[in-house]
Amino acid sequence: MSVTTHDDHAHHDAHAHHDHKPGFFRRWFFSTNHKDIGTLYLIFAFVGGTTGAVLSEIMRAQLLHPHGVVINDVACRYMHFNTTGCQVGQEWNTIVTTHGLLMIFFSVMPALIGGFGNWFIPLMIGAPDMAFPRLNNISFWLLPPAFALIVTGLLLGDSGTGWTLYPPLSNSVYQPGIGMDCTLFALHLAGISSLLGALNFITTIFNMRAPGMTLHKMPLFIWAMLVTAFLLLLSIPVLAGAITMLICDRNFGTSFFEPAGGGDPVLFEHLFWFFGHPEVYIMILPAFGIISHVISTFSKKPIFGYLGMAYAMVAIGVIGFVVWAHHMFVSGISVDTRAYFMAATLVIAVPTGIKIFSWIATMWGGSIEFTVPMLWAIGFIFVFTVGGVTGIVLANAGLDQVLHNTYFVIAHFHYVLSLGAVFGIFCGFYFWIGKMSGRQYPEFWGKVHFWLTFIGVNLTFFPQHFLGAAGMPRRYPDYPSAFAGWNYVSSMGAFLSGFAFLVFFYVLYRTFTSKEHVAANYWGDSATTLEWTVSSPPPFHTFEELPLID
Amino acid sequence: MRVAGRLGAGLTLLANLALAAPALAAGAAPVILARSSEGVKLPPEPVLGHPLPWEIGLQPGFSPVKRDMIALNDMVLWIIILITIFVAALLVWVMWRYNAKRNPHPNLTAHNTFLEIAWTLIPILILVAIAIPSFRLVFYENNTAHPKLIVNVTAHQWYWEYGYPNAKGLDFISAIIPGDKLKSGEARLLTASNPLVLPVGEDVRFLITSADVIHSFFIPSLGVQRYAIPGRTIQTWVRIDKPGIYEGECNQICGTNHSRMPIDIVAVTPAQFKVWQAAAAKQASAALIPALPARSQFAFNTSTTQR
Repeated sequence: MSVTTHDDHAHHDAHAHHDHKPGFFRRWFFSTNHKDIGTLYLIFAFVGGTTGAVLSEIMRAQLLHPHGVVINDVACRYMHFNTTGCQVGQEWNTIVTTHGLLMIFFSVMPALIGGFGNWFIPLMIGAPDMAFPRLNNISFWLLPPAFALIVTGLLLGDSGTGWTLYPPLSNSVYQPGIGMDCTLFALHLAGISSLLGALNFITTIFNMRAPGMTLHKMPLFIWAMLVTAFLLLLSIPVLAGAITMLICDRNFGTSFFEPAGGGDPVLFEHLFWFFGHPEVYIMILPAFGIISHVISTFSKKPIFGYLGMAYAMVAIGVIGFVVWAHHMFVSGISVDTRAYFMAATLVIAVPTGIKIFSWIATMWGGSIEFTVPMLWAIGFIFVFTVGGVTGIVLANAGLDQVLHNTYFVIAHFHYVLSLGAVFGIFCGFYFWIGKMSGRQYPEFWGKVHFWLTFIGVNLTFFPQHFLGAAGMPRRYPDYPSAFAGWNYVSSMGAFLSGFAFLVFFYVLYRTFTSKEHVAANYWGDSATTLEWTVSSPPPFHTFEELPLID
Repeated sequence: MRVAGRLGAGLTLLANLALAAPALAAGAAPVILARSSEGVKLPPEPVLGHPLPWEIGLQPGFSPVKRDMIALNDMVLWIIILITIFVAALLVWVMWRYNAKRNPHPNLTAHNTFLEIAWTLIPILILVAIAIPSFRLVFYENNTAHPKLIVNVTAHQWYWEYGYPNAKGLDFISAIIPGDKLKSGEARLLTASNPLVLPVGEDVRFLITSADVIHSFFIPSLGVQRYAIPGRTIQTWVRIDKPGIYEGECNQICGTNHSRMPIDIVAVTPAQFKVWQAAAAKQASAALIPALPARSQFAFNTSTTQR
């Protein structure tokens, strides 16, 4: 793709009056600028991710040995603000719930979708901003109150249901506290935020591409965000319906999920997973997009099989909507239903395989430079492959009967999300931080961060396959002594990963205090998308005159 | 998982040497325990179905379903290990062969129709190869027809209730034995009062439901798992190979004592089962109403971590 654009600096001077940034308060609180909103999302994701990571460390500390006392001695003492007594199991369950929801709705999604999406959709398609800038503003500002609500649920110790929120455990008999309602309303707000963001993304991508950028010339990150936005658009309302019914059951005497009133808890499982399964693709597809650009840039080659890559994501998105009940193989669904959902689930391996092999084919014959973002991208391919193949094991309904809800599942989805999606976030961070901030990250410390994280997370999650195969159930604050060995290893890995996260703090500090400013296209000629044609950081307003794509 | 088992033994040895954790090294010979259920003594049986320290694969199987699961798992495990090694090897190869030093001028090929068709079709063939035995297993697991015995399993926060419809009034509850009340050889968090007693070699149908929230009736070594959902009765089945003790745990988050409602099964010969059932039913009918323990007995976890 070749691009003609105006010299940005000349352009800048000629329209200097357009480039006046508003004052601090107006700029950051009433922002309608996609880059500023993207930055806000990234900061928010960092806060959410750090909170979720602290909860992970508390959990792994509790599980370091059987008879863990960390919840009792630490969490109940310092995190529990309810006037009723702190029950260790309930406190643990609340931490489990909040860890999951924070990582999904308040870390991975804001970083990949709100953060990188807002920053780079307009820049990559040559649009001046998002289609609905004010909608964009409210999409972001719904999140901080949602965060406040979910933290309230955590601190009251009221939401001990796991992120799946299955009733009857989540109804008012078993979670009587208001903290549970806070958690549910937090999801409502986060859901509305995502939904509005999705509307904005779809409209922007369909209507505001630079002249000449046909759908089949769109960068893969844009394809990824387009599919993601459609998944959000179709799945979030189903979650909203389910939790609205749950809120009504809790507070207004309805019985949607209450057998005594003619309701059915399994209905909630269906609704939840009709949202929940596309949700996992919502988290991983944007990472797919980032990885494609990074692999292509540092192999100095165009992406291999562009159309196959784009339509593989579309296929993953479509199939992602017809596999939800593979989360319910032991919920009593009929054997034919199990057989169907098993077959449909196995099919996902095909487009996923196309992506993995196309990335490797992109590297094949290339001239690979091992920069920090490339390390994260190669690491991503490896961990995503491991997470993907264990998904094939779990897809077999017959095997899921002994693996369902065990640590094998925990290992599987952390390999694709905690490792996959999070590697995608770090990959995007190192790839674009120069573009976003105009400053150079420290290469050495970036590599240290990568290697410590790579070793740490594998040490954390690989042994969890063993624990799960041997039958260790998830969401246990204490376990039989036989599981002590691998839990010890896993906790050590988590502590190493936590240390690696501290290294990331140092990377941030070094980056933002760096005197080294980077050029518009600091990765060289192989970085071909439009964001590399504007300065680093880009001016407040970009593409006031649209670039033309040949 | 025969190969994995050998690998596991090696890893166990290494890990024990490295971490010097003698307490974790379980003896090879199974522990033999004499349990009683509903006040009726049961013959001493070996503890067969339980997790082992440093175990890396599925628990050994003691039912036809679990043995079939292990066979399918072995096959799928080999396939995924080979795929992972293949992908990792390709990655290592491209990193070595096509790094910027060794290959300064990239070859800009971005299409190869043959390759793209190959990496679509070959995975489909692999999936079909997995799906065929997998479908067979799913339908076999559903084979609940003509059971010799039916057991009603009802989950409660946080204990299990077992009822035998063939023996009038025989319905009892089975709750965790707290750590300080365990006898020698009984495993913490895996041992319950009044274990479920089942005959070996006979098809047993479980009818599983819940009295409060969702729980999961999960016995790894027997390949059994179904949710216990209020308002629904879900069935599954088991045929236990040989007499022994099989341990499982609640496997769906169910509140504060989720980790403290083990499923404890003692499998005996059909003759011994008849003797036990008759005695237990006699005792149960004498008591008229099954004695429910005080709620406080289950509230181990209210303010301190129980040791």
